[in-house]
Amino acid sequence: MNYVEKLKKEWLGNVRGDVLAGIVVALALIPEAIAFSIIAGVDPMVGLYAAFCIAVVIAFIGGRPGMISGATGAMALLMITLVADHGLEYLLAATILTGIIQLLFGIFKLSSFMKFVPRSVMIGFVNALAILIFTSQLQHFVGETWIMYSLVALTLAIIYILPRFTKAVPSTLVAIIVVTAIAITMNFGVRTVGDMGALTQALPVFALPNIPLNFETLMIILPYSVALAIVGLLETLLTASIVDDMTDTDSNKNKESRGQGIANMITGCFGGMAGCAMIGQSVINVKSGGNGRLSSLVAGIFLMFLIIVLGGLVVQIPMAALAGVMIMVSIGTFDWSSLRNIHRIPRTDAIVMVVTVGTVVYTHDLSIGVLTGVVLSAIFFAWKVSKVRVEKYLNDKGDVRTYEIHGQLFFASVTDFLDQVNYDESVHKVVLDISDAHLWDDSAIGAIDKIEHKFDQRNVKVELKGMNKESTDLMDRIGGLSKASGH
Amino acid sequence: MFKHLLLAIDGSDHSKRAAQKAIDLATLEGNGTIEILYVVAGNKSKSDVLQYGDSDSASRKRKLMLTPFEEMIAQAGIKYETTVLHGSNSAAESIIDHANKNDFDALVIGSRGLGTVQTMVLGSVSHKVMKHVKMPVLMVK
Repeated sequence: MNYVEKLKKEWLGNVRGDVLAGIVVALALIPEAIAFSIIAGVDPMVGLYAAFCIAVVIAFIGGRPGMISGATGAMALLMITLVADHGLEYLLAATILTGIIQLLFGIFKLSSFMKFVPRSVMIGFVNALAILIFTSQLQHFVGETWIMYSLVALTLAIIYILPRFTKAVPSTLVAIIVVTAIAITMNFGVRTVGDMGALTQALPVFALPNIPLNFETLMIILPYSVALAIVGLLETLLTASIVDDMTDTDSNKNKESRGQGIANMITGCFGGMAGCAMIGQSVINVKSGGNGRLSSLVAGIFLMFLIIVLGGLVVQIPMAALAGVMIMVSIGTFDWSSLRNIHRIPRTDAIVMVVTVGTVVYTHDLSIGVLTGVVLSAIFFAWKVSKVRVEKYLNDKGDVRTYEIHGQLFFASVTDFLDQVNYDESVHKVVLDISDAHLWDDSAIGAIDKIEHKFDQRNVKVELKGMNKESTDLMDRIGGLSKASGH
Repeated sequence: MFKHLLLAIDGSDHSKRAAQKAIDLATLEGNGTIEILYVVAGNKSKSDVLQYGDSDSASRKRKLMLTPFEEMIAQAGIKYETTVLHGSNSAAESIIDHANKNDFDALVIGSRGLGTVQTMVLGSVSHKVMKHVKMPVLMVK
């Protein structure tokens, strides 16, 4: 398939399905974009502009057709302190910087680095995200009346029960319309979206963030941007894999990383907050029949159209309805099968998953959770492979001792290994058989050196046997040096 | 009569029993063929990708899951083909759609045997299928 044919297929291969799914997604995106803005502590418009800009830009330059990107909970949760301490302009600057980092990530084809994030950490990531989205809604319940509680309950009831009867209309949309209508006609006076911030019925305009361009600013936004870039790409690449699986097609992960970067740079210039791919929305899109680039474009444009036309109504949506939708989103985000499987996976993987979740819930920072999970997995891995087995035997005459070493010799395993060597035996030769071992680093070479040195002092000859090529090369490079320096 | 059968499975023990019955049915007159259908529905893609890492590994796991069924049918000397449908909203709808669009003599499907509460929450795939498939359905309990 040549380039033009491919492009045509990605755009026009599924026009009807893409347009319909795009409309469904736009309707589902609005409450989420508003709710995520409120989580981040900015006006609803910031999230809506982000959803619009990112969805439209990604439609053209993303690497995974059919995937929906926009303002997300994972990203919003990272912005809270930046917005609270420094304000919106710094968030927009951080968004642009996030885009630059992601663009570089894509250009240097670093998406393969994602393999260093173990699956248990990814599961911890989505579960922690679900928990945080849920807990972020609890503030809306504080000091509320039973009217608000029952509106939330009604929202959830409609969302979950309506699909039993009809799937023609998205149940979330029906829930929001019904609950909003009830709140307006009954004049409950419950808090609405309008109380949380302004909603301007206008297209976003280009404006660079109004911040001092100096080193101090950079130092403020850089940590946030790095965290946003990592979390954004993590969720994006996970979502891309899910869409790959749902559509049974492949996607270009590096192109998607570049696309996310450019989308965030543009979003930041148009007053939107940083975003990434959305798992839930992408799943809705594919299930609704969308799988081409057109679906994302339609979703973005239709969302903006709805806001411009119906913005006056949108501000009247009660926070209760939004909280209900967010509770549904958090239930949908949580990977429930991980709870069912937790007793089946290796104990260490389960610990990594739980620690990742715990760290995120404690720090409210997904990037710290992921980092902790990755480091913990690495430690567990090192611990597991650091088990070195040593078999010892004497020859018939009893004057040659052989140590047969099985396993990986590196910084974490040499201490155990050295403990098993007996220097005070009265033999005249020691054989170190490492044909089933691998020397990985300086510590391993150092350990061999140390053994040779100690036996040397006791006038015992040491013979190395069965070293593989890589270990020999390493020995030549490092061992040679230490020998030359006067051992 | 029952020459070309559709066997919808989900990898469970119920599907194993259903597969056995499908084989019995296909051998009745000899020369029968069976199409095995597996649907990756709802949030299955998400949980599979999370559990197995990426789409390729998830697909491989599914192939492994399908192999015993294919072997069962092959050993009975019956021709078969395997279809895996992706990205569907519900398993029931995909099975119904696939069954009605193609020319099968009968559909064989296992029943999960869920309790009342589970059925209420998860919905009964086999019940829905029975209702909307326009061909004889053999539901294996």
